[in-house]
Amino acid sequence: MIKLSQMNAGDKAIVVRIDANEELKQRFFSLGLHKGSQLQIKATSIAKSTMEIEVGTTLLALRYEEAKSIEVQKI
Amino acid sequence: MKELVIALVGQPNVGKSMLINSIADARLKVGNFSGVTVEKAEVRFSAQEHFIKIVDLPGTYSLNDYTQDEKVTKDFLENEPYDLIINVVDATNLERNLYLTTQLLELGKKMIVALNMMDEAQKEGICVDHEQLSSILGVPCVKVSAATKKGIGKLLNRTIDIFNFPYEKSKLIYSDVVEEEIEKLSFFLKQKRYKTELTYRDLVLKLLQNDPKIYQKMHDEPIWLELTPLLKEALEHLYLHHETKDVSEIFAEERASFARGVVTEVLTCKKSISKTITEKIDALLIHKIFGIPIFIALMWALFQLTFELGSIPMDWINLFFVSLGTYAKTIFGDGELGSMIADGAISGVGAVVMFLPNIVILFFGISLLETTGYMARVAFLLDGFFHRFGLHGKSFIPLVTGFGCSVPAYMSARTLKNNKDRLITLFIIGFMSCGAKLPVYVLFSGAFFAQEHAGNVLFLIYISGAFIGLIAAKFLKVFVFKGVDEPFVMEMPKYRLPSMRLIWHTVVSKAIMYLKKAGTFILGASLLIWFASNYPKYPDIEKTFAQKIELAQSAEAKIALENEKAQQLLEKSFLGMLGKSTDTLFQPIGFDWKMTVALESGLAAKEVVVSTLGVLYALGAGVDEGNESLIGELQKQIPFASAVSFIIFVMFYLPCMAASIVFTKETGSYKYLFYLFIFTTVVAWGLAFVGYRIALLW
Repeated sequence: MIKLSQMNAGDKAIVVRIDANEELKQRFFSLGLHKGSQLQIKATSIAKSTMEIEVGTTLLALRYEEAKSIEVQKI
Repeated sequence: MKELVIALVGQPNVGKSMLINSIADARLKVGNFSGVTVEKAEVRFSAQEHFIKIVDLPGTYSLNDYTQDEKVTKDFLENEPYDLIINVVDATNLERNLYLTTQLLELGKKMIVALNMMDEAQKEGICVDHEQLSSILGVPCVKVSAATKKGIGKLLNRTIDIFNFPYEKSKLIYSDVVEEEIEKLSFFLKQKRYKTELTYRDLVLKLLQNDPKIYQKMHDEPIWLELTPLLKEALEHLYLHHETKDVSEIFAEERASFARGVVTEVLTCKKSISKTITEKIDALLIHKIFGIPIFIALMWALFQLTFELGSIPMDWINLFFVSLGTYAKTIFGDGELGSMIADGAISGVGAVVMFLPNIVILFFGISLLETTGYMARVAFLLDGFFHRFGLHGKSFIPLVTGFGCSVPAYMSARTLKNNKDRLITLFIIGFMSCGAKLPVYVLFSGAFFAQEHAGNVLFLIYISGAFIGLIAAKFLKVFVFKGVDEPFVMEMPKYRLPSMRLIWHTVVSKAIMYLKKAGTFILGASLLIWFASNYPKYPDIEKTFAQKIELAQSAEAKIALENEKAQQLLEKSFLGMLGKSTDTLFQPIGFDWKMTVALESGLAAKEVVVSTLGVLYALGAGVDEGNESLIGELQKQIPFASAVSFIIFVMFYLPCMAASIVFTKETGSYKYLFYLFIFTTVVAWGLAFVGYRIALLW
């Protein structure tokens, strides 16, 4: 099990656990990111400060810090 | 006849604004009721013998009040009176959109689902069985396309139908585990013949979701004693099954799996597409290396367009106001009234209206950025850099806009969700030198630096202003607006061709707002400045000069005397008195009273600085930055170090009055304007002092 922040462009994974405060967690949920959702890293910006991921049909942008709070299982 | 109030709710980027325009067409009046941070728009029209009011609520991903505009939506839905909800859903992004729908279903209101963007869905090969969707959700679903106006009439008809029929309970079915617990607890309540306004199912759901209001209410009732152990047991079951004790997480998962289930049943013929257009464009625009240069090039192009293209009608407008002023003087005479109207009202308002073309072009470019989906990409690219300075990726739009004019910049800071991030951005927008400061820079860099360096000095002024702004942001973040960083979690919407109608609408309404301001506030301010620089009157001085001018031999001598008269009168006017009384404050940074007055008049509008300098350095008010002799006068009367100090002060001090008022409105309190005044003055004075001392050593 690794953190989303450790993944690179092109990698695919399934969300195992989200370890964030209540508010941020709800945000993730409403954007379709929750336990069991499949995602793919589409792109990262310079120094991986932000990453673009695809969840279902949605494209999301996350900061590195936020990506650290998501544990995933690589597939 | 009763008015039918419709709440239009949907996630962001589902085409709500476009839909509302299609529904109400040209029949409507769009009124913007701006709150402190967000706007909800209302549209009124009549159809089929009904008066209809649609309230367009800010887009929200869920009803969890994460951001300020989401709070507006939640508050409206829970507390305001309305008859039914139109839930706008993006058919190409059904699963995530249905998450909000599940929350809306539990509000217990009449509802209709508008499956928007059907045209796009068809192109992508997505087929939605809307009848199936209706039967699963228990509310009618209508396929529409706001862009092609298909299905709009049907949506309206069904909406009115639902309004006239009684409310029917919608169906939202949870997983077996939850349903089982609902069943058990409902059965218990039924046995106890418990009386409640809610249905047992709704009541139990609220209990399971830990709704504090229900707990508070039932806590004091006899049934509580027997209910508690059952409830606890039920919750334990849920915890066990979901492997978490977080109730909100459990229900979020429940909702998500309901949405997933619905999608598998209604999305019948989804073709897989290899690579979408969005992915192709993204490959270029958010490219690791080329992304930022592309953005900078686009911004540069926008600014070129703003200033180059904008300068053409600017000249016409200027000409128009000049001739209007002359005309006014022929009607009202050269006396007090004529002077007040021509020199006060017309020239003041004209100076502001002159910038209308720039404003229109800038807003056109910005709304283009917003509607195509590119803005989210830029936020993605810049967040890493901005974050280091305590800013958010989204701060860049207001900051860039600030180079044009602070007024729209303050308004565009609304796109920032976190209040502290927004405040930081608002505080430093003034450091991005606005277009009205340009004449001052052009004048001073032309007067005090060699011709070949003037351009570089200008560039340096802008860059260092922005740089100090970033440092100031860091300072504010560390010492003033402390707090956790706003998480950067943002949807990257699909690229879409913008609707020209929508952009037109945005630009026109912004232009009208701007003109309104010019006609009201700027008019008042101009009259005030005119008054302060023309009063009190000194008939004696005027008489002496009149005699001297009469006696003067050459035309040149007459002009010189006119200028001397203007200078003496100005020195004794209210404005002059103000300058003389406050210039001790500015002596340490090398200003004389004239520079002080010019600076202070710039508080009304930065354009005024140059014209005031012109008057004060005895050349008459009709001076622009290209005037050779003003440059000569400045060189003679102002030491180099004072000039440097003046430029620095102008770069950082309080924005003009119009901008300050907008600032107050956007921050929601005069307290912040006071802080901004202190903050900018301290920064401006401090840096000017440093600059002055260094320049003295030169």
